[in-house]
Amino acid sequence: MNHSMKEVPGIGLKSSEMYSLIGLLEDRPKARYDFSAGPTVSKFLLGLKEGKILGKKCPRCGRIFVPPRSYCEWCHVATSEWVEVPQTGIIHTAVVSYISAKRQRLEKPEVVGIVRLDVPGYKDKEYEFAGLFHRICIDPKLVVTGEAIGMRVKVRWKPKEERKASILDIECFEPIG
Amino acid sequence: MSRVAIVGAGYYGFKPQTIDLSFQDLMFESSSRAYASIDPRKDIDAFVDCQEDMWEGIAIADEFAPEPIGGALRPTFTVAGDGLQGIAHAYMMIKSGYFDVVAVESHGKPSEIKTLQDIYRFALDPQYIRPLEPGNPLFYAGLDAVAYIKRNNVKREHLAMVAVKNKNNGLRNERASFSTKITLDEVLDSRFSIYPMSKYEIAPFSDASITFVLSSEENVRKFTDTPVWIDGIGFSTETGSGATQWHEFGRMKSMREASKMAYRVAGLDGNVDKYVDFAEVEDRFSFMEPLTVEEVMLAKEGEAHKMLEKGDFCFNGYKPINPSGGSLSMGVQLEATGLARLLEAYLQLINKAGMHQLKGVSKALVATWRGVPTYSSVVALLSA
Amino acid sequence: MRPNIFMKDRVAIVGAGITKFMRRSLETPRELAWEAATQALDSAGLTLKDIDCVVTGSAPDTFDGVHFKGEYIADGSGGISKPITRVYVGGGTGVFIPDAGFWHVASGLCKKVLVLGEEKMSPAHPHPQYVFKYIWDPILERPLEPNLIWIFAMEMRRYMTKCGAQKEDIALVSVKNKRNALDHPSALIPANITVEDVLNSELLVWPVNLLDISPVTDGAVALVMTSEDVARKLTDTPVWVDGIGFTLENQHWYNRELSFPRYLNYAARMAYKMAGIERPWKEIDVAEPYDPFDYKELHHIEGLMLARPCEAWKLVKEGYFNRDGELPTSPSGGLLGVGNPIAAAGVMKVAELYWQLRYEAGKRQVKKAVHKAVANAWGDLMQAGTVIVLSN
Repeated sequence: MNHSMKEVPGIGLKSSEMYSLIGLLEDRPKARYDFSAGPTVSKFLLGLKEGKILGKKCPRCGRIFVPPRSYCEWCHVATSEWVEVPQTGIIHTAVVSYISAKRQRLEKPEVVGIVRLDVPGYKDKEYEFAGLFHRICIDPKLVVTGEAIGMRVKVRWKPKEERKASILDIECFEPIG
Repeated sequence: MSRVAIVGAGYYGFKPQTIDLSFQDLMFESSSRAYASIDPRKDIDAFVDCQEDMWEGIAIADEFAPEPIGGALRPTFTVAGDGLQGIAHAYMMIKSGYFDVVAVESHGKPSEIKTLQDIYRFALDPQYIRPLEPGNPLFYAGLDAVAYIKRNNVKREHLAMVAVKNKNNGLRNERASFSTKITLDEVLDSRFSIYPMSKYEIAPFSDASITFVLSSEENVRKFTDTPVWIDGIGFSTETGSGATQWHEFGRMKSMREASKMAYRVAGLDGNVDKYVDFAEVEDRFSFMEPLTVEEVMLAKEGEAHKMLEKGDFCFNGYKPINPSGGSLSMGVQLEATGLARLLEAYLQLINKAGMHQLKGVSKALVATWRGVPTYSSVVALLSA
Repeated sequence: MRPNIFMKDRVAIVGAGITKFMRRSLETPRELAWEAATQALDSAGLTLKDIDCVVTGSAPDTFDGVHFKGEYIADGSGGISKPITRVYVGGGTGVFIPDAGFWHVASGLCKKVLVLGEEKMSPAHPHPQYVFKYIWDPILERPLEPNLIWIFAMEMRRYMTKCGAQKEDIALVSVKNKRNALDHPSALIPANITVEDVLNSELLVWPVNLLDISPVTDGAVALVMTSEDVARKLTDTPVWVDGIGFTLENQHWYNRELSFPRYLNYAARMAYKMAGIERPWKEIDVAEPYDPFDYKELHHIEGLMLARPCEAWKLVKEGYFNRDGELPTSPSGGLLGVGNPIAAAGVMKVAELYWQLRYEAGKRQVKKAVHKAVANAWGDLMQAGTVIVLSN
């Protein structure tokens, strides 16, 4: 076959055509799951409830993992020692979202990003680091100008009585000072 | 070309529930045991994971595969299928000559799925089958069972015998959470769950992760003195799950095709019966055991239930089938079910099966089916 | 992984087939698969009876709305009463399917293999984005209600910061690929657009606008792979698979630098080593880097070592990657122009290189002479790199 040929098979439909097709069936999975967090992530979540960020250290390579894992993915050994880590860090990258998870327009855009935490043992330019993905409470403009990247931030906790051992116990990261 | 051997195996779980561990913790536990004499970060060339998104409750679940099995930043991929299909991939990778050591992991955590019946329903064809609203999506197994017993003049008692044999075999196996000391009358007196099978003849679910390490012949001695060779492997799919009307009910053609391929790869031409000392085969529904035994040609057509009746397949019989207790005793671990059968055969061949160790066995057959509503099977031939 | 000096038989691609890429197809997933498979077999001069084994690929099950999707499309894929498996590395699946097809043949277990990628994203509604809700870590990420575009926007922002690229520099990739797609008979959104059109399109997640992204697509693509002896009988111009590579990074994407695709670089080194390629920037004649987003093509050009880190965006400006440029990339029109039916899109890239290396790409044929080509795909949580190196 020579691929300069004009016609390839396939019948494309407009949205209205698709939804008026005879025999079109709607179905949705009634899929429900209980996800066990496992011992390590459970303890991390309980730490958040207490207002602490906990990491776990690999006995072989010495990396402190945040979020903690039960095992070191680089050495394939069980992690051992728990370490409470600083609640400060720098913004590694950040974006401004104008749409929701279901792709609806948001009334107020939100800033989300990655925070590289001040966890000892990692060098400045290292490819890997300890950090979290979360909301960032800053002006969206700072993301566009690029000022946000590298900015120092700290954890803003939810009020103690509202925390329930979830990643959402952290409200967001906010600029220091 | 280089032969392929199993040089390590590890498992964790085989319990109805494992709420203390996340699925990734399970994977780490099983792989750590498989890597007892292996450094996964140095010795292993590639990692294969076997899982299916809707069992995991995560779309693109293979994201979570690499870390717990030592495969982060290494060649790692997923086979959306039974663990034995993953073994087939690893076998081909090593045979190609480009890979020396490949790890294969599979896991199932059915205890965390709250709507298991509905997940099964979602595997049915959306246009033809789902609108019929079959109350129990496992009804396909009932159709096959009825067709099988009609065709071969098998009696209800024969199916019950499979359950009695396997539930009792499991009593000697620490991984058989569902083993029980049960009699033929007790099975026959219980109600049908899916006609013609009672609850004793349908395997329950259990959680487990199982990891294997496969190596090329040149590297085997680095890792173990007791390799188990994969002499042959074959896999086949009879028809798609969207075209089950084309399936020949009462038979398992994919099992027959897979076994033919495995025998061809192993260089066997007939007389398989003499070659194999025992077998670990599909039995998640009781009728599947005698049907599988016939399809892999360990019994002549229409003979398996007679051999069962004679006691040939018992623990001390002529050809022990599922000495471990099979899935009826150990449960179904979703995509890991095939690896559970392989694990039991492997432990027998390295003489580490414990209380249910068979004496003097050196060659085994493993056969698995992917379960309702698929018609996919894998068959492997092993030797010590 | 080692170079195999004992290997006698090479692995060839001898046929390819493709459906139209559509926003909503009338065909069912099984029918899409069948159409692509039939064409690929026809083009190779084979029938389904000749095929020994089948490898399929398809990304999340939930798009088609079917559990056990590989089993569901098995009949359409030509897998009836044959050894068939479905392999999977998220978005990286497309290029990985021929990688897996490679060892089906190289192992000697199969002589003729049908390789098939199918995706029907349109059944998911109100929007397929909804399906991506379930790709996150259920405990640490899903509660934040992330949108898939977030993470790619984060990676793009990081690339921009690290490499000094601006949105308008990156938009040039979208302009190039959509223009290339004008000549592709399967293309869903080919267009002659400008950088301003990209910048003025709907802002989704800054820095990502609508025209920075490939569209939701239905489609299927198939290849036929055979051993050398079979290929020699079927055609005078087989395309050889010289190298395969694949890597999966750790799942913790927020514990990584992101500005450079390390996962792809590892996979590329694996494939180049196997292919005996030491200087890919000189030896590769044409490339199909994976481009679901425009920055991603640049990212992948760098990961494939076709340009130095942070240099690709400058070369785009010079026309270096155009069809008549020094090193044409995405001459097909890529995912940005032809469309992105996830697993099928990766196979489309390999099919394009197959046509390019046989000088059969018609108006899309690149200007320079071609001998060696590379394609890649990428997937999961910015984790998976899959690579294939071909030659004629």
